[in-house]
Amino acid sequence: MDEDDVSVLVASLLRGDRRALARLITLVENRPRLRDRIMSLIYPYTGNAYVIGITGSPGSGKSTLVDKLTGELRTRGKTVGIIAIDPTSPFTGGAILGDRIRMLSKSTDEGVFIRSMSTRGSLGGLSRAAYDAIALLDAFGKDFVIVETVGTGQAEVDIVDAAYTSIVVVTPDMGDEIQAIKAGILEIADIFVVNKADLENVEATVMALQMMLDLSDKGDWRPPIIKTVATKGVGIKELLDAIERHRAYICETDRIEKMHYKRSKVRILEIVRSKLMDKLIRELENSGELDRIVKCVVEKKMDPYSAADEILRKLDKK
Amino acid sequence: MEEEKKIRVIIAKPGLDGHDRGAKIVARALRDAGMEVIYMGLRNTPEQIVETAIQEDVDVIGLSILSGAHMALVPRVLELLKENGVEDKIVLVGGIIPKVDEEKLKEMGVAEIFGPGTPTDKIVEFIRQRVGEIRKR
Repeated sequence: MDEDDVSVLVASLLRGDRRALARLITLVENRPRLRDRIMSLIYPYTGNAYVIGITGSPGSGKSTLVDKLTGELRTRGKTVGIIAIDPTSPFTGGAILGDRIRMLSKSTDEGVFIRSMSTRGSLGGLSRAAYDAIALLDAFGKDFVIVETVGTGQAEVDIVDAAYTSIVVVTPDMGDEIQAIKAGILEIADIFVVNKADLENVEATVMALQMMLDLSDKGDWRPPIIKTVATKGVGIKELLDAIERHRAYICETDRIEKMHYKRSKVRILEIVRSKLMDKLIRELENSGELDRIVKCVVEKKMDPYSAADEILRKLDKK
Repeated sequence: MEEEKKIRVIIAKPGLDGHDRGAKIVARALRDAGMEVIYMGLRNTPEQIVETAIQEDVDVIGLSILSGAHMALVPRVLELLKENGVEDKIVLVGGIIPKVDEEKLKEMGVAEIFGPGTPTDKIVEFIRQRVGEIRKR
């Protein structure tokens, strides 16, 4: 696989070949050098897809919701790309990606492309490659791209940088967990979904969310709370209507341009940071410098902060 | 830094039997061996399996069948792969497959068949070796 092969694959993707799309996602995930080339070829064709993020605790019904939302988008004549992200085991590097089980009926729909990804040790819930996969689905011509992540820890915050509309899914049986999630999640949700709304305590859950919203300042968009029973398709139309309202809201002024500016900046800096780190670590390891400094710290001749400063001074000299 | 590409595997259960214990054990073993396993659950059609294999760009398709319908389902999967121009995937079958059928399935293009009691290490090793050979090409 070299740069010429990549150009051929990109041309195939732009012609609508889903095998080329699948292969390119694999390449951006695994081959940094080819990735740079792929993304520069793809970038001019991106910017048309509307990206929706869905996050929530394990078992809250995210995958089923994505499946039903996709069905609703399809009946409205839209094409959909789905990226389902599950965590990588920190111990073995492996992962079981099971979100497709809830989306089997969409597997053979030509207007839908589903890709499962693992977090691969990235600190946030969104693997770096997920951003690139979104761009590929966008260039492929999907009207909507839905990104599904498990909401435990940093993941739900990262999704904000990728999605235009972020949806947080909660369930009535979460009890006090709602309190626990409010810190990070309240700020990122553009829409709340209370799924499994046929369970008891629905109203109490809705009220708890309302109270949190009353206390927060989210500007002039107040996140709506939509009740759904995803397994039965209840509330899905209302959810999509809410998404469309939020879309109209961010597009109505220059909000979306500001969003693009801020995200592009974050994204560029993130790429710089990772490339710089890779380069630095490689150099330090090859020269044996890192080993020497680590030993100094182990032998208490130097503290870790001074060690880091010594490494940074080498950067200054260049 | 060029990372080593993760091995991606689909574990699917075509047909109508509901015995997914074996499929789940294999899925876990492969995950523990550092692979990414796309688990498809029960009652998958050959069409769903092949389309998933394409979209997920997997290296290996693992089919678990205990219903006895393997001589109908496996050839259909292989046929669909060919129809879609997908020739680089390794197809494995697990479950209860009579010896006479094993030979026929292998002739059709199944790489290996793992019956009940196969140590999971053996499956892991087989996948690693075969994927390695294909990637070298």
